[in-house]
Order: sequence, then structure tokens, then C-alpha cells
Amino acid sequence: MTAATTTSTTAPPTSGRTEAQEIHFKSNRNAKIRMYIGLAALVIWGLAPFYWMVVTAFRDVGYTFDTSPWPTHVTLDNFRTAFSTGRGNHFGAALVHSVIIGVVTTVVAMLVGVFASYALARLNFPGKYVVLGVILGSSMFPGVALVTPLFQLFTNLGWRDGANYQALIIPNISFALPLTIYTLTAFLAEMPWELEESARIDGCTPGQAFRKIMLPLAAPGLFTTAILAFIASWNEFLLASQFSTAQTQTVTVAIAQFTGSQPHQEPYTAVMAAGTIVTVPLIIMVLIFQRAIVSGLTAGGVKG
Amino acid sequence: MSAVAQSTQGSTKKSPPTKKPKGLNDAQRRQGLLLVLPTLAFLAAVILYPLVRAVFDSFKKDEGLDPATGLFVQGGSAGVSNYTHWLLQQCGNVDCPPGTLGAQFYSAFWVTLFFTVVSVVVEIGLGMWFAMIMNRDFKGRGLVRAAILVPWAIPTAVTAKLWFFIFAFDGIANKLLGFVGIPAQLWTSDPTAAKFAIIIADVWKTTPFMALLILAGLQLIPGDVYEAAQIDGATKWQTFVRITLPLVKVPLMVAVLFRTLDVLRIYDLPAILTNGGGGTTSLSMLVIDQIRQGGFNNASALSTIIFLLIAIVAFLFIRFGGADVIQRPPTSKKKDDDAPTRGQAAQVGNPVAANATSTGA
Repeated sequence: MTAATTTSTTAPPTSGRTEAQEIHFKSNRNAKIRMYIGLAALVIWGLAPFYWMVVTAFRDVGYTFDTSPWPTHVTLDNFRTAFSTGRGNHFGAALVHSVIIGVVTTVVAMLVGVFASYALARLNFPGKYVVLGVILGSSMFPGVALVTPLFQLFTNLGWRDGANYQALIIPNISFALPLTIYTLTAFLAEMPWELEESARIDGCTPGQAFRKIMLPLAAPGLFTTAILAFIASWNEFLLASQFSTAQTQTVTVAIAQFTGSQPHQEPYTAVMAAGTIVTVPLIIMVLIFQRAIVSGLTAGGVKG
Repeated sequence: MSAVAQSTQGSTKKSPPTKKPKGLNDAQRRQGLLLVLPTLAFLAAVILYPLVRAVFDSFKKDEGLDPATGLFVQGGSAGVSNYTHWLLQQCGNVDCPPGTLGAQFYSAFWVTLFFTVVSVVVEIGLGMWFAMIMNRDFKGRGLVRAAILVPWAIPTAVTAKLWFFIFAFDGIANKLLGFVGIPAQLWTSDPTAAKFAIIIADVWKTTPFMALLILAGLQLIPGDVYEAAQIDGATKWQTFVRITLPLVKVPLMVAVLFRTLDVLRIYDLPAILTNGGGGTTSLSMLVIDQIRQGGFNNASALSTIIFLLIAIVAFLFIRFGGADVIQRPPTSKKKDDDAPTRGQAAQVGNPVAANATSTGA
């Protein structure tokens, strides 16, 4: 992309320009070249480490530290190693656990959060800004402060062994719910609510107006919020590392604790393969919905 | 919290004029409270209860052997001894011996602060630069946006493992340094290199988020402001300092606030990338280490200290730093100018910042 555009901007200047025009043209062209150099730096910055992970994931373990920048010694062995359970790793199971925990966390946060968001975006009631403040404060709450009290509580409840998914889902709500409400409130506040009134005037019942007019309009915002909540839950590590058991271990914990064939040898290529598997679905989602996600990420934060 | 309380003063008396009859307004009030009730109940269960319990526990003694005296200690009230243990480095009646967790408090405190200041400053600079590049017209917008979202989407645990590989002794980072004649570093154990390994990984992962927030702020600045500045003969630097910076101040400060709080509770990166090597044990890691040693009440005191630290920093940012996280209609100037009829919806800072990385880092 960069190369192509640069060549088009470096086309030889046609004769017939005055000297002033020529200077203007050149400074403009330099600014453009600088911009594309900056853009190239930005793209390399974001993608190079990720690219290196993917290249290593497909590289034979004997060539772990090969430095050629393109794929060499391509193999799928690392993915087999990542999924093999022979060395005490349960990556495949962890993927399932993470999906279960992520989906339930997202659904609960959305079900609870959508009501609060509607109220905060649409209604006037006493204590509204206190509620907003509480939700904001919750989002700033340090996760590590949950660990000690919940550790003891969950031990007493007998949730610290077996397949007690709630021991992971409940703490996840603490960050997924504020996140959901903020993003949704910003989305809902931007919706053309006057359409709802028009529909009512045209003879819709309140339920119909909501279902047929507002819900389809709100769908992208709801969907984006759900994606953000799911990603937050999927990426969580601190709480999962403390509260998960063998039956509920999440992918982030599994990857952090990945062990190789020898005790002190880090299985780099297998870990990179596991990292690729964990990341690629997210990246595909992010690429498909990038516009919506960017607006979801920045919603509210900047709307003066 | 008090900042929030202050900003909420007068929210009721400033409600926008309404044509609706009073009965409807009452209904709206009841409905509003009813709708936020489940959320408040959930937050009380998952945040308020643990917080109160941690504070309560932090004044109780841990059962077990006293590391200083070697005597068995029964439970019971501890007074403030769990706090003096960390803050004044007292283990029983003596100073905490080196090597104990208590003695690591100030090293963890300063290194966490170091991460915070360096990471956030670098992120502001880089994020600003990225945002200004992206704010122009160019081809391939989709590719650039994708490139910038990739580090954001990767789980921090995977990021840590990825940089652990990049920073391995035989890894690509040392190879690249070798090309420019810099000797290979021990990135996960050297006291200097390990700190910068954490910062580099953190900056890589979170600058995109910063850039996106700043970019969204930049896009709100009307183009004619710049045209006017150009006609008046302002230099590029003047334009940046006098126009761009003041106009992106609020979104920038909101982003800085959330990133600062994020790094203050950093856990994932140092726990996985260096495992505390080279003096990179952060405050959050110290809590977990203390829990592993079984001192729950002591750990509660430390997590309460972290909570207070974060609350104080948040308060300072909101009160004095201009991080207007709850942008209520009466206080938001731009809305009054541009879109006076935007409605009474509260515009709020987005805590995705807090989750740009996971809760831990």
C-alpha cells in the first residue's frame, strides 16, 4: 500500500509551474511522504510482534530461534504439541472453559446492564449521577482487592475445587458489568429515540415500538458491547489464576503455565502456537467489526 | 469517590426543563430506580462485599508462626499492625528481615510507580503521534485500524509470553540489538533490562488504545479552527500547543486516568514475563505472594492500601487533572456550543481503558 501510494506521489512534476507552486508542491509531497512513513511505522509497530508469534508458531521446534523474517521450516507440530495432554497441559479443555465463562459472563452482564443503561441514557431519576459514579468507581476497582476476601469465601463455600464455574464468573461480573453499562449507555444515548414516539403515534404499542423500531437500531451497539465484554472476560488472568481449578482452568492460565518436555526448557514454539489459537478468533472478530469496536471503545470518553 | 460525590451535587436541581406532567415524571423516577437496582445489587455483591470484608479482615491477626519471633500467633484483633507491617516495615516488634515479603513493600511500591510514570508518559507521546497520523486523509485506513487493534485484542497473558519469547536470551530482541552493536541483555532478570522489558511490552499493548481515544478527540475538532490558525500565520508547533492540546485535553486526561489506574494495578505482565525477576514485583504481585504464604489478613491490609492508593490517584485526576469522566450536560461546554439539543443523556468516560488490558495489567 505504502509503496504504491508513494510512487504515485513522486510522479515527476510537470513543467509549467511557477517557482512558488513548485515549492508548495514539494513541501506537500514531503509531508505526504512523512505521513506514509509514519503510517508504515504504525503498522509495523502493531503487527510485527504478532507476526513473529504466528511465524514461530509454524516453525519447527529445532529452529525456534531462527531469525529469518519469513516463514521457514513450516510445520503444524507445534499445534499438536499445544493440544497434547501428555505433559500435563490441558489447552483444549481450557479453551472450552474460557468459552463457557466468557459467554455466561457476557450474557449476565448484558441482561443486567441493559436495564441500567436504558435508565441512565433515557430517564431522569434522583441519584442518577451517584449511580454513574458508583459504576465508574467499580471500573477503577483493583482486581487484586477481590482476591483475598473471595479466596476465603469460595474456600468456605467449597468452590475452590471441581467444576465450579461460578467461582470465575462471579468475580468477572465485577469488571464486565461496569464496562457493559458504560459502553451501552453511550450507544443508547446516541440513538434516535424520537422514532419510538413516532411509532407510538402511528399506532404501535410500547412493546411493538421497542421491538420493531428500537431493537433493530440498538442491535449493533448491543452486539459491540457484548464483544467487548467477552474479550475482557476471555483475556482475564489475575482472578482466573487464583480461582480456577483443573476443571475450570482458562486459556490465559493454561498458556501462562504451559510446560515443556524438559522441566527447565521453555516450549516457546508450542506456546506461540497456543497463543495464536487464542488470539486469532479475537482478531478475526475485531477485523470484521473494527468500525463498531473503535466506536465502542471510544464512545463516551470523548463526546463533549 | 468523593470526587464523584462532588460532581453529582446539584444533579437533581439542574434537570432540564420538561413539558411532561408531574405524574409521568414520578413514574420515570420509579422506573429509573427500578432499572438500576439489579446492577447496584450485583455490584454490592461482587465489589462492595469483598471491599468491606477485606477492610474488616485487615484488622485481624493472621494465625501461624511469626516470621520474626518464630512463636505461634493466635488470631484475634491486630489493631493496625497489619498496616504498620507494610508501611513501617514492622514484623512484630522488630523491623522486617530482608527477604521477607514485608521488606519488599517499598521496592514494589516504587517499581509500580516507575512503571506507571514511564509507561503513561511514553504512551501519551506515542499515542498522540499515532493519533495525529491517523487523523489525516490517507488510503488504507482499514489496514491501519486493524494494525492498531491487534495489540489491544491479544490477551495480556499471551502478550507476556510473546515478549518473553522476543526477550529470550537467544531471541529476536537481542539479535536485533546485536546488529547495532549493543550487547545481549538478560531481559527477564537484569534489574534495568527487566523493568524496561515490562514497560516495552506494556507500551506496545496499550498505546493503540490511547491513540484511538486521542484520535476520537481530534476528530471532534472542527477543521475551520485549523484553517483560521493557518490564515493567521500560526506555526505548526503553535497550532499544536495552542489549539490541538487544549481541545483534546478532556479525552486525553480520561485516557491517561484509566491507563494510570491500570498500571498501578499491573499484575499479568510482571507475573508472567519476568515473574518478579530483576526487582519487577509489583504491588498486586506482592498481595498474591502474601496469599500464597497464607497471610490472608496481612494480604487484605496490602490490598486495602492498593485500593486507597488508586482511589487517591483517581480523585486527584478527576478533581485537579481535568479528567472529566462523568460529563454531565451542564458542565460540557462543547455540547452547549455544537449540539444543545442532544438530550439529557450523561456522557461518560469509557472504562474499556480499564480493560484495554485485563483487570490485572
